[in-house]
Amino acid sequence: MENFLQFFVTGATIGSIYAIVALGFVTIYSVTKVINLAQGEFVMLGGMIMFTLVSRGLPYWVAFFFTIAIVMVIGWGMEVTILSKAKGADPLSLIILTIGISIFIRGMAGIIWGKNPVRIEPFTANESINVGGAAITPQSIWIIIIMLAVVLALYLLMNKTLVGKAFQACSVNPIAARLMGINPRKMSSFSFVLSAILGALAGLAVAPIMFPAYDMGIMLGIKGFSAIILGGLGSAPGAVLGGLVIGFLESFSSGYISSGLKDAIVFTCILVILLIRPSGILGEKSVGKGGL
Amino acid sequence: MEQQSVIDIQKVSVNYGPIRALDEVSLTVNEGEIVALIGANGAGKTTLLQTISGLLTPAGGKIYFYGEDITSLTAEKIVRKHLIHVPEHRQIFTTLSVLDNLHLGAFHHYRKSGRKEMEENLEKVFALFPILKERQLQLAGTLSGGQQQMLAIARGFMSKPRLLLLDEPTLGLAPIVAAEVLRLIRELKKEFGTTVLLIEQNVVASLKIADRGYVISHGKIVKSGISQELLNDKEVKEAYLGQAIS
Repeated sequence: MENFLQFFVTGATIGSIYAIVALGFVTIYSVTKVINLAQGEFVMLGGMIMFTLVSRGLPYWVAFFFTIAIVMVIGWGMEVTILSKAKGADPLSLIILTIGISIFIRGMAGIIWGKNPVRIEPFTANESINVGGAAITPQSIWIIIIMLAVVLALYLLMNKTLVGKAFQACSVNPIAARLMGINPRKMSSFSFVLSAILGALAGLAVAPIMFPAYDMGIMLGIKGFSAIILGGLGSAPGAVLGGLVIGFLESFSSGYISSGLKDAIVFTCILVILLIRPSGILGEKSVGKGGL
Repeated sequence: MEQQSVIDIQKVSVNYGPIRALDEVSLTVNEGEIVALIGANGAGKTTLLQTISGLLTPAGGKIYFYGEDITSLTAEKIVRKHLIHVPEHRQIFTTLSVLDNLHLGAFHHYRKSGRKEMEENLEKVFALFPILKERQLQLAGTLSGGQQQMLAIARGFMSKPRLLLLDEPTLGLAPIVAAEVLRLIRELKKEFGTTVLLIEQNVVASLKIADRGYVISHGKIVKSGISQELLNDKEVKEAYLGQAIS
């Protein structure tokens, strides 16, 4: 029972990280139909920039918000300098562009920060709390709180503000959106900014328990990508669900079966689920006609 | 007396690759008028509307909106001038609620005119389209075809149009619903003085609610005049009303 609880907390923690990364994918995908394969690099940059700022002597929370701002600028810059210049390119070409950007960022990170992992202090004191025999680190709780806060904030932004609705409108019907005076270009930049913030947050949250290195983005990117495929491409609730499912699968299979086999088990499960539900657990809903 | 022209199109040409879709089309709409643009499929009606609203860029000619040259502006900028295009096939946001769709109609002037004005406009829209009020929380995609069309027009009205471009608002609707939609367009003009440029395949019905009409064929305006004249015109009758001349 203690084991179960322990695995559960670990699963929820890592699942929350995947969920945030996956939400970053969904944010960009829903407006531009581009899967930003550099999403994992945002996460890596979140961790690494934080490390640099803190080691330069900036107070922890100042560095925290600076990191988010810097990654945000990088995400925005990537959209306006590279992706939006490829006007009229189809999503597939843009996806390939993001692969290139991701390799570039990773390479630059390797040069700037070296190949060794770095260490970052957790948000608050690192005394584990003992709950029913399971040791829970405060950082795990922080990660779960951040994930919930991100979900809530995104929900409010998307459903309670006109900008959020314009954002959704762009994803449903870009041409009609233009006729409402919504500029899809601006929305596309906005989606990259938002998604960079999400990536940076995930990186900041996970850094203290993961020892970030220049190449951590690949693994997290792949897991986040798997989460959106599993949850249903384009669905935000699906992304969160997919992230958590993968987190739990990973933690339970490495706990009860073998940690060496965890990725194999996770991906096998995903394959089985996708064979049963090819559009993912919560695949994109489509209602009636009218959007021809 | 010279009437203020809302839109003045002067010799506009549009090409799709090597194909000339519009050939020096000239057309004007005056304030408070409903003008019908009629013609067969592929005559260039939709192309003309898309050119006016900035979705297409003309290869030649000029478009003036209240005297201002808007020929090379982008669609997003043209909307801000309250020149509103309600596109073919309705193009509502199916996965958003009816209310969200209407709110988005006000997107381009919301920051300038604020929430209060949007709510007032919404009341006007609901008075005109009571069915939308009833269904405001439903997803737009779950509405019937006629209701979706009303939503599309209502969304256009939320944009506070100084000119409303309507592309085949009765396409695919049952005759009785189509008549209702056309009646509502007439109503818009009567209540709010909305100026409308209307495309229709249903020539008789559209000329009945319109003040003037233009006939377009193979990318050229071939005839224009008061609606009643066009309805009685021999060639129009023959070509579009399916009546042999006896």
